[in-house]
Amino acid sequence: MLPYIARRLLATVPVMVMVAVVVFAILRLTPGDPAAIIAGDDATAEQLDKIRQTMGLDKPIYLQLVQWLARLMQGDLGVSLLSGTPVLSMIGDRMGPSLALALGTIVVTVIIAIPLGIIAAWRQGKLLDRAIMTLSVLGFSVPTFVVGYLLIYSLSIKLGWFPVQGYKPLSEGFWPFAQRLVLPVLALSGVYVALIARITRSSIIEVMGEDFIRTARSKGATERVVLMRHALRNAAVPIVTIIGIGIASLISGVVVTESVFNLPGLGRLVVEAVLARDYPVIQGLILLFSFIYILINLLVDLLYPVFDPRIRY
Amino acid sequence: MIGSASHPRKPGPSSELRAPVLEIDNLAVQVVGEPPVRHILEDISFNIRPGEMLCVVGESGSGKSVTSLAVMGLLPPGSLRTSTGRILVEGEDVLKASQARLRELRATRMAMIFQEPMTALNPVEKVGEQIDEVLRIHTKLSRAERRAKILEMLDAVHMPDVERIYDSYPHQLSGGQRQRVVISMALILEPKILIADEPTTALDVTTQKQILALIRELQKKHNTAVLFITHDFGVVAEIADRIVVMNKGRVVEVGSRDDILAYPREPYTRMLVSSVPSLVPKQRAALKSDIVLDLKELSKTYAGRGFFGRGRSIAAAQGVSLSVRKGEIVGIVGESGSGKSTVARCVVRLQDPTSGNILVHGDDIAKATGSQLRPMRRRVQIVFQDPYRSLNPRRRVGDSVIEGLINFGQRRDEALNRARELLGLVGLSADAMERYPHQFSGGQRQRICIARALALDPDILVADEAVSALDVSVQAQVLKLLDEIRERIGIAVLFITHDLRVAAQICDTIVVMQHGRVVEAGSAAEVLTAPRQDYTRALIEAAPGRDWDFQNFRPL
Repeated sequence: MLPYIARRLLATVPVMVMVAVVVFAILRLTPGDPAAIIAGDDATAEQLDKIRQTMGLDKPIYLQLVQWLARLMQGDLGVSLLSGTPVLSMIGDRMGPSLALALGTIVVTVIIAIPLGIIAAWRQGKLLDRAIMTLSVLGFSVPTFVVGYLLIYSLSIKLGWFPVQGYKPLSEGFWPFAQRLVLPVLALSGVYVALIARITRSSIIEVMGEDFIRTARSKGATERVVLMRHALRNAAVPIVTIIGIGIASLISGVVVTESVFNLPGLGRLVVEAVLARDYPVIQGLILLFSFIYILINLLVDLLYPVFDPRIRY
Repeated sequence: MIGSASHPRKPGPSSELRAPVLEIDNLAVQVVGEPPVRHILEDISFNIRPGEMLCVVGESGSGKSVTSLAVMGLLPPGSLRTSTGRILVEGEDVLKASQARLRELRATRMAMIFQEPMTALNPVEKVGEQIDEVLRIHTKLSRAERRAKILEMLDAVHMPDVERIYDSYPHQLSGGQRQRVVISMALILEPKILIADEPTTALDVTTQKQILALIRELQKKHNTAVLFITHDFGVVAEIADRIVVMNKGRVVEVGSRDDILAYPREPYTRMLVSSVPSLVPKQRAALKSDIVLDLKELSKTYAGRGFFGRGRSIAAAQGVSLSVRKGEIVGIVGESGSGKSTVARCVVRLQDPTSGNILVHGDDIAKATGSQLRPMRRRVQIVFQDPYRSLNPRRRVGDSVIEGLINFGQRRDEALNRARELLGLVGLSADAMERYPHQFSGGQRQRICIARALALDPDILVADEAVSALDVSVQAQVLKLLDEIRERIGIAVLFITHDLRVAAQICDTIVVMQHGRVVEAGSAAEVLTAPRQDYTRALIEAAPGRDWDFQNFRPL
């Protein structure tokens, strides 16, 4: 187990290097000049050159890459072109809201989606199943920002139950913190609840056709035991896989949701950095997201043996 | 008369007198849905007394499994339901019982064991706990008492090291061990009736022999009535007290073992019994024709590859040498894991041999790759075990048959003509070309697969368990077809089978494999009637029903 984890972590290094190089190259290939954005519309060519020099943008691209990579190896993500703040501390400052949003979404999704999927599988083909499946189609097809604005309009503006926008850190008390997270989490969960409920349902239905389910029934087990004890655990591997993929794809959802609810998180930071062509910040964020992605994949793989003893590392 | 001395399995007078524990009376099962009503079972009536072994025999689709599920109350609710009749378990009609009552009866009054021990157990739960579930549902025993009882039961089914078995997962056990676990689960509460649905069909013959003996032993000990479902007359001849023959959802004939096997009244029963291939090989003159396929020291090793170089390798085939002459059928027989299929797959180069030579008319194809290998492919063709899965369900039969010809550059109209010819050769009419695989029976599909394999005019035909999935009556026809084709076009056939009866009927030469090695090889007559190796002898002795001459309806 431990050697396996070590090997997997070691294997992330070449992946991260490739991500770094590709991100660096793509950013330099897209049109847009950070110096021009900083200098403003009236700047002269000399002023622009000077700004480029101070930022190191005048050097050959390969040299810029090597320097950036060299600093990266020492854990230095560089400084923002715009504000001069170290990228690492910018990420640290904006981590809180995104982490709260993502964790909240995962917890809410799992708590709602898995029971819904089990119920749908249990009542397969009946009214309850069809109702849940119809709702899940709806959850899939309505975009997160639409759900977000609908929630704001109905629950905040009309009913006044929740603040319209904004964020308060946990240090200012749990209630103000939670109150501002409810709507974003609900808006973002919709898609994932739909996805995971469907996968839970279909995995369970597939397992219910297996021979050992018939064996369980022939032992005199009740349907509840058959479903919860025999079917659910066997259906766990595909469910966990999809939850993992869902968490990884949360990143894009976080960007949209933070914009809708005006949360000062990493998603908003991405948008700001892209608009300003703030290369070091964009690079730092994408590296961070890639690393999280790889880590979640590893976690999912490590969870498999918990559910299925046939899987060993 | 029947030599009852050699078959001391007549039911004792005591079981004749006792009231039956299971009575099925005029049972009918229909498909749920719109009219017209379609019956899967009709007019099923038979009974079993305590301590009796009743074998229900029939081909696929005869309704034997549906009957057993009806007794357990386990018919799939959405698709099948009983329409008339009674099923009395110790006088209680289970068709009238509530779901709760049925659950109570299961495992206590009536229990079931299944065909596939590989899939009948929950893969993610320890087997001890799966047995424990029966006790938790039906008894109030304490945890320690339950554990003691389970270990005792595992000991009774002759498991070694019961503590370790208790804590094992199904995938850590062999097929035979898993079946013993399933049997423990079924019999731990000493039910009156045990339903065994093809419990040994998925097992090797030597394992089958042990499991049959175990069921017999436990039955004697607890005086259990056993409803034993099988398609295998060999097994029937070994164990049955009485036999129920079923066909197309109806009971054809009921009688004692000797009545059915020696004096079948119904033509269907006669046909079924006489289709069982004989273990006595046909006498054939040794062939002197050219050698078409020559394997020299063929080996295949699977390497378990680890990241840090750790890993174990498995030798699936080691130093296998054999040759096949033009017009000869060479059988490779062995149990699962013997390497017989590995050899077949190497010969058709679906797998790459690790070392050794595969000479086809003197050309070595063992190491050929890419463009060298491609022309060789038409010289070796294969027919697989499962005709239901080896034809693309979305292609017309004609298209499947001509695919190889088209790949090798033949014009479509010429290829279609050739396909028509071939379908004629395997006994199908030309209109089969336009139809899809699901419109054919298993036997017909296997004929299509044979036609497809022959389309490229190969020198060698490899048949990998090609008749194992077929019912005996169909099996006999396909074997006859293969024999005719061999006569007519003089093809060399490498015939892989686990079934010694089949091998005896069709093979000129038999090669016995075990653990990846050739144990014994020789003419079919030599190997089957005068085996030189202990393993071959053990295989032959394990073949069920070997002291019964099915073709002539008499014991040997």
